[in-house]
Amino acid sequence: MTARERIAGNVANYVDERTGAAAWMKKNLNKVFPDHWSFMLGEIALYSFVILLLSGTFLTFWFDPSMRHVTYEGSYLPLKDVEMSAAYASALHISFDVRGGLLMRQIHHWAALIFMAAIVVHLLRVFFTGAFRKPREFNWLLGVGLLTLGIVEGFLGYSLPDDLLSGTGIRIAHAIIQSIPVVGTYLSFFAFGGAFPGEVFIPRIYIVHVLLLPGIFLALITIHLMLVWYQKHTQYPGPGRTEKNVVGYPLMPVYMAKAGGFFFIVFGITAFLGAVASINPIWLYGPYTPGQISAGSQPDWYMGWLDGLVRMAPPIETYLFGHTISWNILIPGLIIPGIIFTGMALYPFIESWMTGDKREHHLLDRPRNVPNRTALGVMSLTFMLVALINGGNDIIATHFDLTINQIMWFSRIGIIVLPPLAFVITKRICLSLQRKDRELVLHGRETGRLVMLPHGEFVEVHEELSAQEKYRLTQHEQPVAISLVKEDAQGVVNPKGIRAKLQARFSAANAENIAKPTASEVKELESGHH
Amino acid sequence: MSKELEPLSDPGLPEHIHRKADTDPIAAKRAEQQVAILFGLSALGTLLFIYSFFFIADDQFIFIPIMGNTNAHQLGIGIGMAASLLFIGFGAVHWAKKLMPDQEVIALRHEMRSDESDRQEFVKTAKAGAEQAGLGRRPLIKRTLAAAAGLAGLPAVILLRDLGPLPGNSLNETSWRSGTRLVTDPGDRPIRPADLEVGAVAQVMPELAAGKKRTLEDVAKDAVLLIRLRPSEFQLDDERLSWTYQGIIAFSKICSHMGCAVALYEQTTKHLLCPCHQSTFDVTRAAKVIFGPAARPLPQLAITVDDDGYLIAKQPFTEAVGPSFWERKS
Repeated sequence: MTARERIAGNVANYVDERTGAAAWMKKNLNKVFPDHWSFMLGEIALYSFVILLLSGTFLTFWFDPSMRHVTYEGSYLPLKDVEMSAAYASALHISFDVRGGLLMRQIHHWAALIFMAAIVVHLLRVFFTGAFRKPREFNWLLGVGLLTLGIVEGFLGYSLPDDLLSGTGIRIAHAIIQSIPVVGTYLSFFAFGGAFPGEVFIPRIYIVHVLLLPGIFLALITIHLMLVWYQKHTQYPGPGRTEKNVVGYPLMPVYMAKAGGFFFIVFGITAFLGAVASINPIWLYGPYTPGQISAGSQPDWYMGWLDGLVRMAPPIETYLFGHTISWNILIPGLIIPGIIFTGMALYPFIESWMTGDKREHHLLDRPRNVPNRTALGVMSLTFMLVALINGGNDIIATHFDLTINQIMWFSRIGIIVLPPLAFVITKRICLSLQRKDRELVLHGRETGRLVMLPHGEFVEVHEELSAQEKYRLTQHEQPVAISLVKEDAQGVVNPKGIRAKLQARFSAANAENIAKPTASEVKELESGHH
Repeated sequence: MSKELEPLSDPGLPEHIHRKADTDPIAAKRAEQQVAILFGLSALGTLLFIYSFFFIADDQFIFIPIMGNTNAHQLGIGIGMAASLLFIGFGAVHWAKKLMPDQEVIALRHEMRSDESDRQEFVKTAKAGAEQAGLGRRPLIKRTLAAAAGLAGLPAVILLRDLGPLPGNSLNETSWRSGTRLVTDPGDRPIRPADLEVGAVAQVMPELAAGKKRTLEDVAKDAVLLIRLRPSEFQLDDERLSWTYQGIIAFSKICSHMGCAVALYEQTTKHLLCPCHQSTFDVTRAAKVIFGPAARPLPQLAITVDDDGYLIAKQPFTEAVGPSFWERKS
């Protein structure tokens, strides 16, 4: 036994005698994880979160979350002797007078954008492949919760420096709170400690941003990962992969090296962006004052769709029974986002009800094989995209030489017309792809080689797929519609009524698929040799 | 659920193909060296960071193609840090891909559902526990506990009461009174009509009483835009026309939509545009909304001149300025 082995043994023995960890480690060090690039998306979110904690902690050493008025005397000359809040002055101090401060600020901001982007793309991957299905509904809910909190956390974060741009964002948040019927005015006075902007809002959101929400994030992420661990990761379908197994690489050493290495890569790329790509140059905006504004005021991208919805809202406000309701703020600012996030959270349960499928699923769907879900996803994305485009309407107008009016009307009409259109087109594309798969399995791949037969006919040679490929294209289940028993043999009408009818309708729509080739069809063709 | 379609049979995992480094010691050695080089590059990145941090002045600029003139200190520490992290990552991943086992292994899953016996045991235990507590048999305890627990949440809410004052009538009031002088912002100088040429725009504030300081809360309600047009350009009713003075018209600068500063004035069209959500107001028609999500015109401030010829407010705003709220009248 070498000295190194002896020391390692002693340490392991010491820990195990006090925790009994060996039994657990034995099982879990070799835990198998399936390998696919799309499984890295959640990892990116996780690593960005760690980067946010590290860079954020650095920033707190200098940031002064106070709205007390100070006169700037730092080294950025254009703002010398300007009156501003201590928060803004300390953000300038970090940017100009703390070595590495600007880099850390930019890394923090870039990491936040990457964090949100990774969450969204990860969510799309989970949605389109059906990874949210039983038994993973809890993890879907946790994910939706993390996404929602992420948006709030990001908004609070970029609101902290109290520059002219972020102050304008707070102004808008204030108006949204104030628009809530009955209690809005009171809520806004409580949140802001009185009239806008007051002197307490930034200290308050600071503690929420650096302590409360990160704590909740840590808890939710931990449960999210524990569930992934315990339920074992889903895998893409393919030869040798079933609902009963998981095929991949062991945690130790391959995944430790890959995932650990990937953390450094994500951190490195974020640092690179922070080094070369300027983000949120707060010194250009100046301190916040409610009487001023900069043209082209834009939120960060994950808030852009919300701003876009507000921008396109028709100017409707009612004054009834002595009370004012701003529908132009309430609907785009609170009601539509509420519907979107509630719908998203409930989707696994809705889909399970629509298809009547209550079984466990560990094999992922290929999106084309579930045309309705895929179409619904693209439809929602289209909605968000139109909203996001409208959120940048002023920027688009100046860059593409359009008028604001053109873009606004495109958005107002597009947000109603384009999503259903996207649904129909996506569904058609999915069915066409199914047809293509069927064609490939039955007739092989077109090789482009033309051959003249003895009797003069030209044919293109088709290359037969391998058994693995054929299996991959045909392994999926094809759903069938739930048949609705209207009345039984005794003539008793089904008491389930409208809900059962609806369910039958949905499941029938879900069963609209191209019939996949069966074993006998394939065999027939193979023996018939064509 | 699914049609029996006689599916194609599963051919099983494809055969594992060995990598070059698995069989060829020279290739393995080369891969090892590549990993070492990547780790070495990371160390160089750290050195670049340390050098830039301590020895490049933070006001030193260098020219980099594409990026232009760039702060050398910032770039050095940034690129150094990025390299020190990135190459550790590249090295580790390269190591895993080239030298660690790449044969996929199979583990079995178990259904999430517990064994039937465990489930029954659980139900029994839970039922026995509830039975022993006697909640079912003693509804009085159950109900009073529910009520007490519900009420115990109240202090948590009540404790938040002092987060802020009650709004009272404050949202309906601004600092503008009849006779308040309009002063420039910044500068706090009173204005005569002659100070504004036709076509000019100015931001003004109510004059402060001596010794008082203007707060941001004041600005958020009091900011006013003065615009001078030719009197003939107005399309106002008689009352609103009487609120103007020699072609000078005054509006609240706080957007009636969400409270942003309505700061963009287009001289040719006489339109005011809010940069936040592009609500557009027509100055000639008392800031009527002609585009965008705002539902109300900007409140107009009635102005005139005092005996010294300075512009003053004729009366306070006749409506609340800024975004709408539940208690707002009209």
